Amino acid sequence: MMALLEIKNMMVEFPNRRGNFTAVEDTSIEVAAGEILGIVGESGAGKSTIGNAVMGLLQAPGRLGEGKVYLNGSRIDGLSGEQLRKLRGNRIGMIFQDPMTSLNPIETMEMQLVETIQEHLGLSQNEASTRAVDLLERVGIENAKERIKQYPHQFSGGMRQRVVIALALCAEPELIIADEPTTALDVSIQAQILDLIKELCREKQVGVILITHDMGVIAETTDRVAVMYKGRLIEAGSTTDVIHNPRKPYSKSLIAAVPPSNRKIERFPKVAMDDSDGGRLQNFDLSSHWLGRGKRFKDTGNALISVRHISKRFPLNSAILKRKRTYIDAIRDISFDVMPGETFGLVGESGSGKSTVARVITGIHPATSGSIVFADTDLAKIKSGAERRRIRRDVQMVFQDPYSSLNGRMRVGTIIAEPIIVNRLAGTKVERESVVLDLLDLVGLGRDAARKYPHEFSGGQRQRISIARALATRPRFLICDEPTSALDVSIQAQILNLLKDLQEQLNLTYLFISHDMPVMRQMCDRIGVMRNGKLVETSETEALFNDPQHDYTKSLIELMPKFTK
Amino acid sequence: MLSYVFRRAMQSVLVLLTVGLVAFSMFRFVGDPVENLLGQERTDADIERLREQLGLEDPFPIQYWEFLTRAVQGDLGISFRQGRPVVDIFIERLPATLELAFVSAAFAFLFGVLFGIYTSIRRKGFLTNVILTGSLIGVSLPTFLIGILLIYVFAVELGWLPSFGRGDVVQVGRWSTGFLTESGLKALVLPSLTLGLYQMTLIMRLVRSEMSEVLRQDYIRFARARGLSDRTIYFRHAVKNTLIPVITIAGLQLGSIIAFAIITETVFQWPGVGLLFIDSVQFVDIPVMAAYLMMISVMFVAINFIVDMLYLAIDPRLRDGKTSFS
Repeated sequence: MMALLEIKNMMVEFPNRRGNFTAVEDTSIEVAAGEILGIVGESGAGKSTIGNAVMGLLQAPGRLGEGKVYLNGSRIDGLSGEQLRKLRGNRIGMIFQDPMTSLNPIETMEMQLVETIQEHLGLSQNEASTRAVDLLERVGIENAKERIKQYPHQFSGGMRQRVVIALALCAEPELIIADEPTTALDVSIQAQILDLIKELCREKQVGVILITHDMGVIAETTDRVAVMYKGRLIEAGSTTDVIHNPRKPYSKSLIAAVPPSNRKIERFPKVAMDDSDGGRLQNFDLSSHWLGRGKRFKDTGNALISVRHISKRFPLNSAILKRKRTYIDAIRDISFDVMPGETFGLVGESGSGKSTVARVITGIHPATSGSIVFADTDLAKIKSGAERRRIRRDVQMVFQDPYSSLNGRMRVGTIIAEPIIVNRLAGTKVERESVVLDLLDLVGLGRDAARKYPHEFSGGQRQRISIARALATRPRFLICDEPTSALDVSIQAQILNLLKDLQEQLNLTYLFISHDMPVMRQMCDRIGVMRNGKLVETSETEALFNDPQHDYTKSLIELMPKFTK
Repeated sequence: MLSYVFRRAMQSVLVLLTVGLVAFSMFRFVGDPVENLLGQERTDADIERLREQLGLEDPFPIQYWEFLTRAVQGDLGISFRQGRPVVDIFIERLPATLELAFVSAAFAFLFGVLFGIYTSIRRKGFLTNVILTGSLIGVSLPTFLIGILLIYVFAVELGWLPSFGRGDVVQVGRWSTGFLTESGLKALVLPSLTLGLYQMTLIMRLVRSEMSEVLRQDYIRFARARGLSDRTIYFRHAVKNTLIPVITIAGLQLGSIIAFAIITETVFQWPGVGLLFIDSVQFVDIPVMAAYLMMISVMFVAINFIVDMLYLAIDPRLRDGKTSFS
């Protein structure tokens, strides 16, 4: 059988002043009609570049250096810009990662669909309009006739991704390249979108290239998989083969780093071939070191933090008349306890209010009602500024995005020293500097990092900096809000290991927030499940996974992409 | 949406009241009008009578209120110098300034947007470099110098265009227009070029940077992936998104074109309100100065208001009132 798409020895290079950067090297891939091929790899693996190269959409100055691309037997890599354009959207459709930004915000869905249909099929305005409505219905949008007149901002993320798929289907393409199509979506929406792609593939015999970093998605969706690492194809084969019997060391380590969803493991295995690990965690004698000082609290057997019936509402508009004001209840009546040394997890989809809980606890947003007791102190009853500062020192936060949460104009040493200076935690400059260096050692970055700037570090290393900064106030309670969502799986494994080690060494208590069920299973002692601002179920982790009580919890566990080795 | 319009309208009124207060204060604190109105041989009784007559003995808020009510009714006082109602003088002078401002704004906006789009699409062409270099010269030279250079080249050396005045004007009702005669149109060219050049380069640079930003957006990449032609991508998807932020600045620029017409009108001896203002400053003609201040502020506020309403028309996200969500 002839392959629908055949890529032979592809090489993509980006010339720059210092020579050529080779993004993809000597890669050969085939996709048959009606087949879903997964391309998996971590950031920088070159997986998106392959898709862009096939489409003729490489960003300047990137170019296809060598290799041949055949679509249904005819060569398409040497085509002119105009010929390639006629191919795009017509014979090859593409779906991008972020449905929030893939649609023109100021045009209606109808206009965007109709222009694409007219471009490729040459239908009249009316015919194109009818077809547009059909397409929307086919991708599962209800009331398509009315909704088609709406603008992108009136659609939810999952709905927008459906429209994006409809746009890719306008001219019945033979091949669809889906570049991380569900990464920006919640797990329930992700399942729907993947089902839709599978269905289209089966019904219309469309070939699909599914580019993703998510092994779970690969395992659930694809027929065959190609593993990429640093621009090279490491291994390709049927999905079950590659996942259960990876032959190459990189594939093995990549698969090992994926948090298993079906059991709890103590530590993540270290990924081989990974050169970004910053070194070993250092041990400190806490009884003598600065980090151990000030740990004067004794274990009273009480919860470290006890959240009681907190609610938070945000005004949606600022009408002058009270009755005209509308509010959104971000969280409603949330109660939980976190014991000292424990990791309590909050899981839920976007908009469920889990980050709002973190913000209310840290005091970024004041609670509308309810009380928070931290180490036997009611936060609402604190009067003196000194007392408030002491509590704030004890509660620190690690944010999701390591790129925007560090000030790019400050040296790493200064970033970590800042909380020490603000809270006057070190007596002398010499002591402060040695503490900063020790902290960098502690998170495995090494002392040299202090003189560098954040941009010199990778995402995972930056997250280590964030953690070191959070530790600089000697906190007892650390809130990690999606600390690994922006990171590759191997880096995620490192950071999660680091957090576990730190907890053990420094006797930290964590509030761990994530939407990723497998990660939660590895990290948390107890988990609270949130939905629409409410806590629907709280339970011991293993009990929650093995015997979920609430329907929503059941569906979350049901929908999470299963990845079993 | 209606409440948004209402709120913006209220803000406009507040701004106008404040400016009115400033304009009114000029009467009170910049010189004594009685000094100006009465000749050398005044008696104390004359002064007293005039003060009474002009209402200058009333408390400040009442005077301000009367000033406002008169201003709203179109009575801005009587020019100290010409002894005629200020409103009449303005009506006489305004067409000249408005025509000049309109032509230069149209020139600035049209060419600014065109050049901006061109230079952002062809980032490295020869013509792009020419336009960018030219625009750098445009922003670096002061307006009066450009005016004088243009006069030198086109009026003195080549003799193609007049160097001053409006040429022949035709009276249409109370509006005197230079659009209907050849000499009137010719006379418009140099001053409007002078006045519009700076605004044009500004708009061009703004459009260029906005458009370059828009072209990097995902929806443009996706539009390419859908196989749309370059023309559709640039002119249907990119330009409209580019123009949303540009409109604000361009609107404010129109205001400043009118406000900064003073210099151009002086260089070209253009008989508009700018020249009137310069003259009135020299003679401390306070009613005229105050009226000018009021007029400029009304214009700025009105333009701002229109710009905000245009936003509503262009950007569907604002129409749903989803302006703030914290």
